[in-house]
Amino acid sequence: MYRYDDFDRAFLEERVAQFRDQVSRRLSGELSEDEFKPLRLMNGLYLQLHAYMLRIAVPYGTLSSAQMRRLAEVARRFDRGYGHFTTRQNIQLNWIRLEDAPDAIAALAEVDMHAIQTSGNCIRNVTADQYAGVAADEIEDPRVWAEIIRQWSTLHPEFTFLPRKFKIAVTGAELDRAAIRVHDIGLRMRRDAAGAVGFEVVVGGGLGRTPLVGKTIREFLPKAQLLAYLEAVLRVYNALGRRDNIYKARIKILVHDVGVETMRAMVEEEFAAVRTEGAIALDPDLVATITGHFAPPAYPPAPEAPAEVAVLEGVDRAFARWRRTNTAPHREPGYVIVNLSLKPAGRPPGDATSAEMEAVADMADRFSLGEIRVAHEQNLVLPHVRQADLPGVWEAAKAIGFATPNIGYLTDIIACPGMDYCALATARSIPVAQRISERFRDLDRLHDIGGLRLNISGCINACGHHHVGHIGLLGVDKNGEEFYQITVGGSAEEETAIGRIIGPAVSSADVVDAVERLVEAYVDLRRPGEPFLDAWRRIGPVPFKERVYAAG
Amino acid sequence: MTLQAVTANRLADGAVVFRTPAGAWSTDVAAAAAVATGEAELLKAAEADAARQIVVGPYLIAVAAGAAGPVPTVHRERIRAYGPSIGLPGAGEG
Ligand code: SF4
Repeated sequence: MYRYDDFDRAFLEERVAQFRDQVSRRLSGELSEDEFKPLRLMNGLYLQLHAYMLRIAVPYGTLSSAQMRRLAEVARRFDRGYGHFTTRQNIQLNWIRLEDAPDAIAALAEVDMHAIQTSGNCIRNVTADQYAGVAADEIEDPRVWAEIIRQWSTLHPEFTFLPRKFKIAVTGAELDRAAIRVHDIGLRMRRDAAGAVGFEVVVGGGLGRTPLVGKTIREFLPKAQLLAYLEAVLRVYNALGRRDNIYKARIKILVHDVGVETMRAMVEEEFAAVRTEGAIALDPDLVATITGHFAPPAYPPAPEAPAEVAVLEGVDRAFARWRRTNTAPHREPGYVIVNLSLKPAGRPPGDATSAEMEAVADMADRFSLGEIRVAHEQNLVLPHVRQADLPGVWEAAKAIGFATPNIGYLTDIIACPGMDYCALATARSIPVAQRISERFRDLDRLHDIGGLRLNISGCINACGHHHVGHIGLLGVDKNGEEFYQITVGGSAEEETAIGRIIGPAVSSADVVDAVERLVEAYVDLRRPGEPFLDAWRRIGPVPFKERVYAAG
Repeated sequence: MTLQAVTANRLADGAVVFRTPAGAWSTDVAAAAAVATGEAELLKAAEADAARQIVVGPYLIAVAAGAAGPVPTVHRERIRAYGPSIGLPGAGEG
């Protein structure tokens, strides 16, 4: 995995020292809150509903076991012993004291971690497919490019004060596991007719108040031209993006307003200019060095499809079920990818305690060559597991409650922190997620329902990606009461779609029943084996709507 | 008659606090000064505390008189005053 070099380390140390100084000047009164706020936000420190919150970047979702242990330690020493993994592959600590924040950040810097680019109108930390480098269907490891973008964007003078925050996601396979069409820029690795590897470039996606699906402006961009092209997109945006209206400042609005053709033409023109300047041709040595950092680990030989696993599957239905839902094919023979579900029934989605983080770090050392991934669905991943170790991993995951066989199922809920933590919220998200996961805790029923994504956001900012849930819930306020608007038909995958509102918002007391009626309608109406979205698209909203609101 | 209190976050640790009748800040909303009139003065005093690095972002909230003291009437402010409505995953961990 990527190892910081001396330059990166020195940079981080400098930032920690700077921040320590800023905090002490704030505490002494030398800096007012207005002066300090942008500085703390540049270091990922927010003031939330109850306290300061520290948002720590996990670049492209990759963590070593040592980093995970350090996160556990920081959460225990400086917070309340748990953290929340977010849809942007970050981890948030909810109870950081301002006085302690410099020490917390210093402790993170010791393991090459930081909270930079997790806030503000900059290029945010780049997200990548959580199976990067190991997925059987991958073309190339997208993290190489995520890291190149990180290095290019971290201190880019032109892009520190963009009209708004800017999010980039990269996926390395045909199958989009990074929700690239709902990012400001989404990159998908692909091959051209001659077999060369490059990117499909998607711009102008995003959720929030105005959800829009990103548009492809380049079918194929050779890898070597990536930064020049991104620079061109950013320049067009920087020049034309609306700074006068925060709700219109995202690139998605620009793309929507000018249209994809015009956007493409403007970017191509700027691209030609950037290339003439020759300023940011990619240094092949740098690319080679970074590629080297992400070279596959030396996999000790492991048997493919070991007999003992098959035997256990034959006798232990629970194991067989877990293996089916929570593992994914690995590119290396004899290995497998294992998902650890952070969605046990009744728990806040994405939360892990310090003890659990340490247990995951131990599992990574024992079973996954010391590596862990964070998925944007708020789960953890052990990327390099020997198939023969599956029974052992299963036992270890069960011991900490992370073996619920629900990856991609209804109870694998994405939920933002909502009003339990977030200062911007209009309603709570977590208790609704907890109640739904309790309602559907019966695994036979859950598996009979099949793949189904339910996402919850506590306000229109849509951090819980409700627009792209097959079922989405958006918390709204109705005369001081929590209500939930239901959308159906969203998808963050290949055919990215924004869900449709199916009717009036339902009360908090009714929302779980309403979801259940909706799910039951699907189960009754589907053809054998028909996935939820297919059924929804075939049947249309009316029968679903009737069922949801029948009892209301 | 609507009562109001002033809340803020304590600068040093971020804790949610309420201004008391004595002009101190308490983490207990029940200890808050609740006024029917003169809320502008109350807020002004709180803003002076913000200028003196004691608290951050003071603002008025609606409260009702409860048996033990003021109780926030708005849902968000109740959660803010009493903490997350859910069990904290790390609870009990050392
Ligand atoms: S969606 Fe709204 S409530 Fe949820 S985390 Fe984002 S800003 Fe907060």
